[in-house]
Amino acid sequence: MTLSKKDILEMGSLSVEEIQVILKTAETLKEISTRPIKKVPTLRGKTIIHFFYEPSTRTRTSFEIAAKRLSADTVSISASTSSIVKGETLVDTAKNLEAMNPDAIVVRHRAAGAPHLLARLVEASVINAGDGMHAHPTQGLLDMMTVREKKGRIAGLRIAIMGDIAHSRVARSNIVGFTKMGAKVILAGPPTMIPMGVEALGANVTYHVEEAIKDADVIMVLRIQKERQQAFLFPSEREYAQCYGLTRERMAGAKEDVLIMHPGPINRGVEIAPEVAEGPYSVILEQVANGVAIRMALLYLLLGGPR
Amino acid sequence: MRQTLIKGGHVIDPETSVDGVTDILVEDGKIASIGKPKAKRTKTKAEVIDASGRIVTPGLIDMHVHLREPGHEYKETVETGCLAAAHGGFTAICCMPNTDPVNDNQSVTDYILKKARIADTVRVYPVGAISRGLRGESLSDFGELKAAGVVALSDDGNPVMNAQLMRRALEYAKGFNLLVIAHCEDRNLTANGVMNEGVTATQLGLLGVPNAGETVMVARDIALCELVKAPLHIAHVSTDGSVRLIREAKARGLPVTAETAPHYFSLTEEAVLNYDTNAKVHPPLRTAKDREAIRLGLADGTIDVIASDHAPHTSIEKDLEFDQAANGIIGLETSLPLCLQLVEMGVMDLTGLVAKMSMNPARILNIAHIGLKPGNPADLTIIDPEKKFTIDANTFRSKSRNTPFNGCELKGKAVLTMVAGNVVFREA
Repeated sequence: MTLSKKDILEMGSLSVEEIQVILKTAETLKEISTRPIKKVPTLRGKTIIHFFYEPSTRTRTSFEIAAKRLSADTVSISASTSSIVKGETLVDTAKNLEAMNPDAIVVRHRAAGAPHLLARLVEASVINAGDGMHAHPTQGLLDMMTVREKKGRIAGLRIAIMGDIAHSRVARSNIVGFTKMGAKVILAGPPTMIPMGVEALGANVTYHVEEAIKDADVIMVLRIQKERQQAFLFPSEREYAQCYGLTRERMAGAKEDVLIMHPGPINRGVEIAPEVAEGPYSVILEQVANGVAIRMALLYLLLGGPR
Repeated sequence: MRQTLIKGGHVIDPETSVDGVTDILVEDGKIASIGKPKAKRTKTKAEVIDASGRIVTPGLIDMHVHLREPGHEYKETVETGCLAAAHGGFTAICCMPNTDPVNDNQSVTDYILKKARIADTVRVYPVGAISRGLRGESLSDFGELKAAGVVALSDDGNPVMNAQLMRRALEYAKGFNLLVIAHCEDRNLTANGVMNEGVTATQLGLLGVPNAGETVMVARDIALCELVKAPLHIAHVSTDGSVRLIREAKARGLPVTAETAPHYFSLTEEAVLNYDTNAKVHPPLRTAKDREAIRLGLADGTIDVIASDHAPHTSIEKDLEFDQAANGIIGLETSLPLCLQLVEMGVMDLTGLVAKMSMNPARILNIAHIGLKPGNPADLTIIDPEKKFTIDANTFRSKSRNTPFNGCELKGKAVLTMVAGNVVFREA
């Protein structure tokens, strides 16, 4: 199995069949991470550049581990240690990286569309590891994998996404991805955090989190960033927690078998109460484990076969 | 005596209400007569320009252009901007003051006018800054600027956020009979937005600029115009709401005029899909609803003028991440063909279009010679309405290439531009 595309830039450009192939491959490859010797030779001789313009713990580590378990050679660049601090443009950086003939470039960038710009300039496969508020397709895929693992399906489920939808690339990828796979997505949060026209992506919107929680099979909670207070999106963390946070009290209105997800990093006590994040329905750490499998699957599918 | 006879063209001049096939005789740079000239008047050695099958109009005026000189000569100079204008069919352009240094004093105005004299192509009418350094803190010396030759005042590129300063600018400018051109934007609302707020921005994950970011400022400036009874010209109108407010203000008899740019009646926010920085402009490309409102506003006279907001940028400013790229689209060499599309679509007739591209800007700017009248300088444009061509940015005379229209197939363009009797552009 391979994917007949060069890049993974956004959920919108993956077909249902392609998503199924990726999920299936990830489910197969997941087992490698449980072996005593966690390495297969599949991508021996392939070079992968991890190009992180923005800070990241989970995604970056996850990609690096995925590449190493498939025996690829990896190099890491971060904004602070690269020529970006000398004022090199993304276009020039891309051309220089390309000259070293890598097989894939994994990019995390603060600007929406930066991976698209990169992909136009290089022969290597570009994998978007998060671009601004735009997309985070590997997160979307690992979320789907986690839901499918726990619920046995995606179609027909109700997925509630709570929090700052407007500034979230995870929300965008999940709205597009889950809707595409036949789930119903409900967004909940203060109106200031619901982006204009988001219904066009296929989601429903409510300003009352209880309503979103009530029939949800999955509740995804997004991180609330303190800086958003300065843009008048919400008055205080205290008020946010009280009116929109996923508290133990609100959980009482949820389905018995609901799954709680969070892309991390968590702001304990703001968008999610600590006891909920660590509660029995939380699959937050399973998400992280599946992240490695999804990224192994993508690397394998993009680089493993003849191009 | 030097004579040129423009023969057999379809002359359209809303100023003199001429609309028919006729001849124009030009003598020593001035219009001598309209209509078949008396045999004894034309010398046998008069140069004859065959304009049959062509449209002849008074010289087109683009009242909103960024020439970038002084300061950013790598993007455009007075010389290259004037050449681009001539190639686009324009005989006169107004250049905005956001140069480096800013055109907020006589020296900079003098410099621009000197460069224009050297370029010796089209007429250049500089626009001076409303506020010193475009900082929105204090008024520029309007009297000095007027004496140096500016035709209007604007902080274009920046809004005048301080309402009191804007009020005083409108009021003080009245004393010099100077027009104030408003760049209507509330910076608190537009904040860090990089494209129109709405479905496309949500999809692309880009910060949005709401319609209201423009509309609230249009409302404020109309209120100030009413307060001080001074003429107000609103630049680059892009929203449905702005059109509505201007229509209402005109109905109440306020001295408000307005312009829009070809990209606002041609494109929508969807041009930004795929993160095309050549479609990044301020105000941003809006929705189909706004585009329709702009077309209606042009049709019913709410919008008086089409000006290109020619804003040259090079790959240094455009070949970047979308949110880092500069705002701006060049327009001098695409404006007329895009405007002719409006005639094709039935939004307006040719006379209406010529009014918006020549007579109205001339009137709004208080230019002394308007229309093809005997005695006026022979500024005119000859258009081939049937000429089919493909826009190729690489052939532009402008130094910059930032256009979202590259590759578009259009019909109709300028084939000859004449300024004071001199042919400054002729299609090969």
